[in-house]
Amino acid sequence: MKTILYIIQKEFKQIFRNKGMLPIIFVLPLLQLIILSNAATFEVKNIKFAYIDNDHSPTSRALVERFNASAYFDVLTDYHSQTIASKAMLNGDVDVIVEIPRHFERELQKEKHHSLAITINAIDGAAAGLENVYVTQIIQDFNQEIKVDLMQISDNQIQPINIETIPLFWYNETLNYKTFMVPGILVLLVTMITLFLSGMNIVREKEIGTLEQINVTPIKKSQFIIGKLFPFWVIGMGILTVGLIIAKVIFNVPIIGSLLLLYFYTSIYILVILGIGLFISNFTDTQQQAMFIAWFFTVIFILMSGLFTPIESMPQWAQILTEFNPIKYFVEVMRMVMLKGSGFLDILPQILKTFLYAIIMNGLAVWSYKKKK
Amino acid sequence: MKRFIGFVKKEFYHIFRDRRSLFILFGMPIAQIMLFGFAITNEINNVDIAILDHSKDATTNEIIHKISASKYFSIKQMVTREADIASVFKKGQVKAVLNFEKDFSKNLIKEHKATIQIITDATDPNTANTISNYINAILQKYQKELNNDLTITYQIVPKTRMVYNPELKSVYMFVPGVMTIILMLVSAMMTSISITREKELGTMEILLVSPLKPLQVIVGKVFPYIFLSVINAIVIVVLSIFIFKMPIEGSLLLLAFESVLFIISALALGILISTISATQQTAMMISLMGLMLPVILLSGFIFPIASMPLPLQVISNIIPAKWFIIIIKGIMLKGVGLEYVWKETLILVGMTAFFMAISVKKYKIRLE
Repeated sequence: MKTILYIIQKEFKQIFRNKGMLPIIFVLPLLQLIILSNAATFEVKNIKFAYIDNDHSPTSRALVERFNASAYFDVLTDYHSQTIASKAMLNGDVDVIVEIPRHFERELQKEKHHSLAITINAIDGAAAGLENVYVTQIIQDFNQEIKVDLMQISDNQIQPINIETIPLFWYNETLNYKTFMVPGILVLLVTMITLFLSGMNIVREKEIGTLEQINVTPIKKSQFIIGKLFPFWVIGMGILTVGLIIAKVIFNVPIIGSLLLLYFYTSIYILVILGIGLFISNFTDTQQQAMFIAWFFTVIFILMSGLFTPIESMPQWAQILTEFNPIKYFVEVMRMVMLKGSGFLDILPQILKTFLYAIIMNGLAVWSYKKKK
Repeated sequence: MKRFIGFVKKEFYHIFRDRRSLFILFGMPIAQIMLFGFAITNEINNVDIAILDHSKDATTNEIIHKISASKYFSIKQMVTREADIASVFKKGQVKAVLNFEKDFSKNLIKEHKATIQIITDATDPNTANTISNYINAILQKYQKELNNDLTITYQIVPKTRMVYNPELKSVYMFVPGVMTIILMLVSAMMTSISITREKELGTMEILLVSPLKPLQVIVGKVFPYIFLSVINAIVIVVLSIFIFKMPIEGSLLLLAFESVLFIISALALGILISTISATQQTAMMISLMGLMLPVILLSGFIFPIASMPLPLQVISNIIPAKWFIIIIKGIMLKGVGLEYVWKETLILVGMTAFFMAISVKKYKIRLE
């Protein structure tokens, strides 16, 4: 026990002595939490909208005015021809183009029916889908309006059936995406810091040659590993704590569930990450290799965690792969406990899986760490 | 010059001798682009939902059938009481619950009006909103069917054309993004590590007392990595063409030129990082912690920049990846030439020059 304490002391000293690292460990993550949480929105706003009005009639102007009034669209100038408009779209100045044909109003009154050409830049497919919904909605509303305007006699024959839908957004009524992103990004930061630090740690001693010195001391394998990893565990918990305070104070994210449960889960979770880090450290010879591997897994873990894109949309095989993604579980638990107030029994499956993961990873790590070359 | 070539040769030896790093260097981008090209999508599919049906009549049955027939939703379970909704959400089993009011059919016939609540788990607001919109669209369509031709009076029918990506594939969005992330991080990380490594191991001193000029040392260090990154870029582009059927509408030559430019700017950033860090650990933490999330989030890779708050839109301008993503999307999907992306190209050139200038200024010929 005393030996472990000395190693822990040594590790902490080493961390705090490296002045260049301190801001990277403690300031950078929290700064990112504050800034980047604002970035992650799928809302589509400020759509760059342009129109070509070949009709110049009251109806065409009224239609354009509709788009102008909508909060989603930034209406740009009237382009004179399709060629100029297409060029603007190539240039990235325009996302949606509506072309109102000649004699639009006249034909609409005569035929009661007219088509309207809409061009949408669809490189971002999801955004294009939403833009299409907004455009269609505006035109539909407009249809209702001109029905009243253009029809002289209101023939109120049969009342149409109306299915009314009431959308209710539970746990986040205003659809504030920060409520979701702040806990999610906090998860990423805790994970990255602990994984990178632990992944580099032992391999560094190897590379510099100090590992041999430790190996000839009477320190036991388990003592050494516990002593090495404990400081990172503390740092991870520390970042979680400061991050939660930031979430509450700056972003006003509700913390409905039990904080104790959150800490309990995190304490197991960090063990998983440290185990992975140590395992990587044991299997590599240089810090460069260790970092490449850590980087590889982090990018995969992050993008397949369900944080930025939904897991349900992935193909079946990819969904099975996400079962091995610790970040996925942490994101789920954070979301459930903080925002929904889920209890111990609700997150029991996640706890058990994480616990099992921790045992396997740390087992592998201890097994793969050899004192002798 | 001969000395310089000798130095570059030595750097190549270093890299090729380390088989494991080399394997990682080439294997990982391939694995990642395959994984993400197939797995990541921000469309919604097969979302699990639950039904709370207070009327259980013909109309609600038909609506439920319509919803379960769509590829977006699969009905996971039936809930019997309002009180159960919370516990279903808390376990995280479903993302939405549809709540039909009592006497749904009767109300629809008598009062021409009936109500459905779409309750979504908005802890993930992006998905919740999409789910709500999709269910609404299905119901609207059904309502139209019920009303038949009753409401048709004046109709403007939008004929929408989705250009550049008619099938709305999300691969078109993600392949350029993943390519950017890989090039950015690999290039910046590799150079920053290779220079600080010499510092940490003490071999920098030997280089400094050699007759090579500091600039030659830096260029010699970076040169092999340009070569490796170009190979990576080629592999990624080939994969995206043959496996993901990404079109290359524009000029391949221009694409190659822009990629090399971006690689050089990432390498320059790597050099800059190495001049300000003393150990490999610091260099790696800066290039990983400092670059990874900003590059993923602020480059327009996943989230549209135009929708971000204004300060973030301003900050996103200093991310080289943002400009590169605009350029390659333009070349690959829109088929534009240099006349459309010269502004972005100039910005990348400017950034590269800036990183280089600072590195040269900060580069220390003497050790402390």
